[in-house]
Amino acid sequence: MRKVKIKVNELSVFFNFLQALNRVSIEIYGNKVTAIIGPSGCGKTSFLRTINRMNELIIGFRKKGEVLIDNINIYNNNIDVVNLRRLVGMVFQSSNLFPKSIYENLAFAPKIHGIKDQKIIDELIEETCTKAAIWEEIKDRLEVNALTLSAGQQQRLCIARALTIQPDILLMDEPASMLDPISTAKIEELIFDLKKKYTIIVVTHNMQQAARISDFTAFFYLGQLVEYDKTTKLFTNPSNKQTEDYLTGRFG
Amino acid sequence: MKMTDIDIKSLIKNRKKTDLQTMISMFLIKFFTYSIVAVLFLILGKIVYEGSAVINRQFLTSAPQNNMTEGGIGPAIFGTLVVVFLMILFAVPVGIFAAIYMSEYAKDNVFNRILRVTVNNLAGVPSIVFGLFGLGFFVLFIGRGYDSIFGAGLFLGKPAMLWASATLAILVLPTIIVSSIEALRAVPRNQRIASLGLGASKWQTIKNVVLPQARPGILTGVILSISRGAGETAPLLFLGCAFFLPQLPVGYLDLGLFSIPMINPAEQFMYLSYHIFILATQSTNPTITMPIQYGTTMVLISIVILLNLTAVIFRYKFRQTMNEIKRV
Amino acid sequence: MERVNDLNKSPYAKSKSKKTLLKERIIKYFFTINSLVVIIIFTLIFVFLLQEGLKALDVIAIKDFVYKTVFENGEEGKLYQWYPTSEQPRFSLIPLILGSLLISIPATLISTVFGISVGIYLSEIASIKTREFLKPIIEIFAGIPTVVLGFFMLVVVASIFQDIFNPVNRLNAFLASIGLSFIIIPIISSLTEDAFNAVPKEIRMASYALGASKFQTVFRVLIPTAMSGLSASIILGFGRAIGETMIVLMASGNAAELSFELFRSARTMTATIAAELGEVSQDSAHYFALFFIGLVLFVITFILNMVAELILNRMRNKINY
Repeated sequence: MRKVKIKVNELSVFFNFLQALNRVSIEIYGNKVTAIIGPSGCGKTSFLRTINRMNELIIGFRKKGEVLIDNINIYNNNIDVVNLRRLVGMVFQSSNLFPKSIYENLAFAPKIHGIKDQKIIDELIEETCTKAAIWEEIKDRLEVNALTLSAGQQQRLCIARALTIQPDILLMDEPASMLDPISTAKIEELIFDLKKKYTIIVVTHNMQQAARISDFTAFFYLGQLVEYDKTTKLFTNPSNKQTEDYLTGRFG
Repeated sequence: MKMTDIDIKSLIKNRKKTDLQTMISMFLIKFFTYSIVAVLFLILGKIVYEGSAVINRQFLTSAPQNNMTEGGIGPAIFGTLVVVFLMILFAVPVGIFAAIYMSEYAKDNVFNRILRVTVNNLAGVPSIVFGLFGLGFFVLFIGRGYDSIFGAGLFLGKPAMLWASATLAILVLPTIIVSSIEALRAVPRNQRIASLGLGASKWQTIKNVVLPQARPGILTGVILSISRGAGETAPLLFLGCAFFLPQLPVGYLDLGLFSIPMINPAEQFMYLSYHIFILATQSTNPTITMPIQYGTTMVLISIVILLNLTAVIFRYKFRQTMNEIKRV
Repeated sequence: MERVNDLNKSPYAKSKSKKTLLKERIIKYFFTINSLVVIIIFTLIFVFLLQEGLKALDVIAIKDFVYKTVFENGEEGKLYQWYPTSEQPRFSLIPLILGSLLISIPATLISTVFGISVGIYLSEIASIKTREFLKPIIEIFAGIPTVVLGFFMLVVVASIFQDIFNPVNRLNAFLASIGLSFIIIPIISSLTEDAFNAVPKEIRMASYALGASKFQTVFRVLIPTAMSGLSASIILGFGRAIGETMIVLMASGNAAELSFELFRSARTMTATIAAELGEVSQDSAHYFALFFIGLVLFVITFILNMVAELILNRMRNKINY
């Protein structure tokens, strides 16, 4: 039984006069990993950022169409963006930890969302770090500046930090593109574990990665959704010529 | 363990709980910002309102009359132009050349670091200290020294235009250097690489590729330094600014058959900013000369703002061109 | 092989001759010398101030720069006064230093509040359109000659102040503070903007993506991250306040008194030089004393600049990923 978590209807996105997405419609299922692939500039990131309304921070953003999460249009006037972003966590391409201690990075979200009880914060941190498979590496040095960690650790810490808001949906924008193979493997393993609790959308330009970790794959090209299917189906037997060309490396 | 229950329903905004913190802080920040703007317009408004009543052609060209209570500020405008012109002559070459060294040649070594720190510190020296230096070094050391060595009587060993502009030149040097460096650095690296890749030497690259592109940016710095020099007062207090000069500091260069009128840089001069200061604080009756004070202020501020606006526009255009080059 | 021969015959063959290399080197030295001039000038200023200023110590005891001992009615007393022209000249710098602080500290405090607000507004809140309209305005503010601000304080604001605050003296330390803050606000605001712009965009993104509001992002993420830049801007603003002359000369009233009151007239080190150097005879004790003040000013601003520089360097290293 698949449950539709996110439903996108006829979504078009513009930055000033540049069209980034063209009438995209897609249904994303709960507790699954959906990979978004496509050549650079195809609108992958723009699509991802419409789901937690991060695009609005970019000047010149306009959109048409609607995005529904659990049947609520998140672009309605009465939607509280802050609460939306608590429901939809995000991990970025390069780790963007604050230049503060590990602890402060992890405690940032609970604190700004009004949790005062130190004990709850500490428990939350331990829980999320364990989920992000980094607890063992950092538990003894929470006061150390976060930027002293290795790149792979930083990225997993970013994931842990995104989990501290206890989201339903986790957006990942090429989370492993800057990492070495071992760290990448760890992150992929992590994504596999996390889908039990979260709905995950991963943007990636690494097709093998998409094939390894995702249940569903969407192929974007020139701002349009070309094909969307089960990963196994899309990779073995794509129904669209463009998808096939891309998968076989004829462009992109 | 859940921090608060967020489910999808909490997405609906609770209007009562709109972020009060954000609202108040944003209001205060806006309020502070716009009150600064308001103050600026109040100052300008008052000066323009009072000043425009006095300004006419005669005010701009004639000399002060009747113990400064009547007449115009012609000599002060003249003095300002001459001193600033000389200042530019002294400061611009050194400033631009030093900037070229710092941005194009210097490597990250001790010398260059000292150089950078020195430029920053020179920019931070109080202007009055430049005045002390100008008087002590230029006038008394160099000027008097010249006079006594060459037996020139009292020729250069007194406060004069020459020394005033030399002192101002030092004062604006950091302005020119910093903005020239900024302009040179704004020229994209790929432009230099393209030129070097075609076999051009470093100097050919600088001369034919970097400098032409950086020119509007460098000009911005020069314009800003003119404006800075024209508005400066403190170091000039003891460098030959005169309360009142009946004649322009012009001498005649005798060439036998005919003589050419020449500005004599060894003379004293009148200066707009000094004129405002002296009329407002030292004249016998500041109230009677009030209209003249406002008029002078308006002339000075018009010059300075016009220069600044030109610089702003120049820089804006410069940045746009640089961005276009980068995008290609 | 043939191609090489061709190349040797081609017009490019001679392009990197020894002559060109020599020329290149000479040009490089020419620019180096020009930048050396900057260092020489700065050193010259310092050496000259040092030489002239320290001559003061030959004629005036160091103690006399602090206080003068006087005997009145058989009792010993200390006078903290600056009366260089009286028959028994007194050269205490205490009232002048106090005057400088009394005027520049409030000015810096006021400017910090306004300057940082403007900086935050320009870099974080204002739309591009607003910013393009506001930035030139702030720059114009920064460009207003100090003599004009002094004049405005003297003829316009002084009277308004008299009605509102009923100060002891019409021209007073507070009036000068306000005048000073007009020139320091633009300095602090532009450096604040730089400090905020130096914070990588990704850090803002992280904060917003975690559901932080604008207030939380600015106050909990950006300000702590840019803290060193902000403190450097305040230090540089303070240095500028200490060194400014015309506004304090015109608006402070210039009475060298040992006073802690904002609404009394006060006299700064800069104003003292400005007011007295024109009338002092060369090589007198008074003349050297003024150079000594200049030296003190130079050293103070130098130290403040270096501290700001160090802080900024540390920040660059810290934010650098």
